[in-house]
Amino acid sequence: MKFSRPARRPLGAALLATGLLAATAAQAGEVEVLHWWTSGGEAKAAAELKATMQKKGHTWKDFAVAGGGGDTAMTVLKSRLVSGNPPAAAQIKGPQIQDYGTLAANLDDVAKAEKWNDLLPKSIADGLKYKGNYVAVPVNVHRVNWLWTNPEAFKKANAKVPTTWDEFFTAAEALQKAGIIAVAHGGQPWQDFTTFESVALGVGGADFYKKALIQLDPGSLKGATMEKVLTTFRKVKSYTDKNAPGRDWNLATAMVIKGEAGMQLMGDWAKGEFLAAGKKPGTEFGCVAAPGTGKSFTYNVDSFVMFKLKDAANTKAQMDLAAAIMSPEFQEVFNLNKGSIPVRTGMNLDKFDACAKTSAADFSATAKSGALVPSIAHEMAVSAAAKGAIQDAVSQFWNDDKVTVAQAMDRLVAAGKNK
Amino acid sequence: MNTTAPAVGARSSVPFSARLSEWMPKLVLAPSFVLAFLFIYGLMAWNGYLSLSASRMLPDYSFVGFEQYGRLWESERWWVALKNLGIYSVLFLFFGMAIGLLLAILLDQKIRAEGVLRTIYLYPMALSFIVTGTAWKWILNPGLGLEKLMREWGFESFTFDWLVNTDRAIYTIVIAGVWQSAGFVMALFLAGLRGIDDSILKAAQIDGASLPRIYWRIVIPSLRPVFFSTLMVLSHLAIKSFDLVMALTAGGPGYATDMPATFMYTMAFSRGQIGLGAASATIMLATVAAIVVPYLYSELRTRK
Repeated sequence: MKFSRPARRPLGAALLATGLLAATAAQAGEVEVLHWWTSGGEAKAAAELKATMQKKGHTWKDFAVAGGGGDTAMTVLKSRLVSGNPPAAAQIKGPQIQDYGTLAANLDDVAKAEKWNDLLPKSIADGLKYKGNYVAVPVNVHRVNWLWTNPEAFKKANAKVPTTWDEFFTAAEALQKAGIIAVAHGGQPWQDFTTFESVALGVGGADFYKKALIQLDPGSLKGATMEKVLTTFRKVKSYTDKNAPGRDWNLATAMVIKGEAGMQLMGDWAKGEFLAAGKKPGTEFGCVAAPGTGKSFTYNVDSFVMFKLKDAANTKAQMDLAAAIMSPEFQEVFNLNKGSIPVRTGMNLDKFDACAKTSAADFSATAKSGALVPSIAHEMAVSAAAKGAIQDAVSQFWNDDKVTVAQAMDRLVAAGKNK
Repeated sequence: MNTTAPAVGARSSVPFSARLSEWMPKLVLAPSFVLAFLFIYGLMAWNGYLSLSASRMLPDYSFVGFEQYGRLWESERWWVALKNLGIYSVLFLFFGMAIGLLLAILLDQKIRAEGVLRTIYLYPMALSFIVTGTAWKWILNPGLGLEKLMREWGFESFTFDWLVNTDRAIYTIVIAGVWQSAGFVMALFLAGLRGIDDSILKAAQIDGASLPRIYWRIVIPSLRPVFFSTLMVLSHLAIKSFDLVMALTAGGPGYATDMPATFMYTMAFSRGQIGLGAASATIMLATVAAIVVPYLYSELRTRK
């Protein structure tokens, strides 16, 4: 594993440093970080952040909660907040940042010193502010609309990697004929929704996506385009295996890694799993934009909200953490492990692989063209209540073949009324 | 207290210890009373207030009346949860009690190795619902458990995919729930059976009653109080059922196996709709109360 090597050395040095600093521990604070990076590639990425902080002499307290999607972590966080005992930082993103605004620490001083305004695309920077002040620090940019493929499986089935939905179904048919599960899918509501989002973007385009899934316009949630989206979405399901319900996303990725399945529609965190399994991008696994979405980009930006703390040393450590997260060194090493791309623009991407380079190029291109859209399935676009209600409608449609397209559209419109 | 009358004469000589022994029980019970009052009834009241508030991500005490209840009854997912609760509790109570009673009657036939058998049947109760749920999830998974096994044994067309079937998934929860509690019900009924006076049974035998008739007309009717307490225990287990659903299906596929308890958890903790979650919790409380209060009332009245 190439990428783990830079991690070890600073960690060793940091352990030594913390040992030396123990006598003068008064200035060094403790940061307690609530995150849910627990699976292979993610856990490794979290270790990078830990090492960076320890190098600065601070103590890192892990608050990892198993469970992937993060429901459990949020429950723990809320009980801590209500009891007046917040962690230094917690992994919160998208519109939810606003809900925690009153409890969050002001990061404007760090932001000014580190020139965040110049480094971040405006649309992303705005989402990190509460009443005009920075309260959260971004870690990375995930692209959600990816299609992961196993080239060997495609070769065996004599199929072509698809760029449109028609080609997708042709390829799926060929894979199935060769005895390979065409689409690896984990039947959890958020994964159903992730697939739906890519289908919606691919079939309807960025403008439709914005109208239907960001502005929740009833005319777009129920209409000819949505009908086509839902029909295509249901067709994707017919190429998944029937053991999918309840499967975790990384197990679905493992099916593609092992060649049991041909493709998976999943965000670029899946790349971390491929890399952790020792596969090489381009030759041993393939990454292309989800069918029909080559010129658009659904982003999922992970960020940390910093909470107001009472202890001065801990607050100092917290500000150091904020600066460290945005530093080019950390952005590089972290994103190399996590499979995402740096949120800082204008960085040197030499060490990144072809998938990440494509992603970064599309990121800046779509930021200009306006096809850079927040992911709804990953709570970047609308409130948790609206997202949840729409996810219910989508997931029910996916799982229950008796729900008709017309019924599903009515449910989407009803769900869109949630604030 | 009048009951301490014999001690009255002694009061003048040892007043302190007598008074102490009089106050001791109240003093000792006071902390647990205060704790129970605060953390059970106090939190119930808090939840009740939250259900009338505009709370979303964090508690927010602006009063909105019954708006959250309105949203609750409009929500399709809540109706699915209620329907599932209905299916689950009826089947769970019926099969749990029927199988438990049958096992108890069979074990009561003075058979050999009864102790071993009783332990085996009671054992599932020692497991947590999480373990039960996870084990059944593997057993019922079509590509992993029963279906795969049967197919490998040559029954190529054997299909048992209830776990991944939207319409059938709720029944898998019934299967796992019954498996877990049938042994416990058996133990309760067995204790009841052992408490029946042998002489009544002997008298019936002398009168020429057949064995099924004895069970049907004498034994089962005399188990009435056991039926009642079993029903109480099982029905509140059914309404509260959360861990079994979470471990077995996590409410899926989609939200096909959602129950009121999992609905409450999802709304309050992952969707940032504490008000809505609190409203559903209040409905659950009312449902439990509707069962428990008449029972307590009848129990307390007969005792007088």
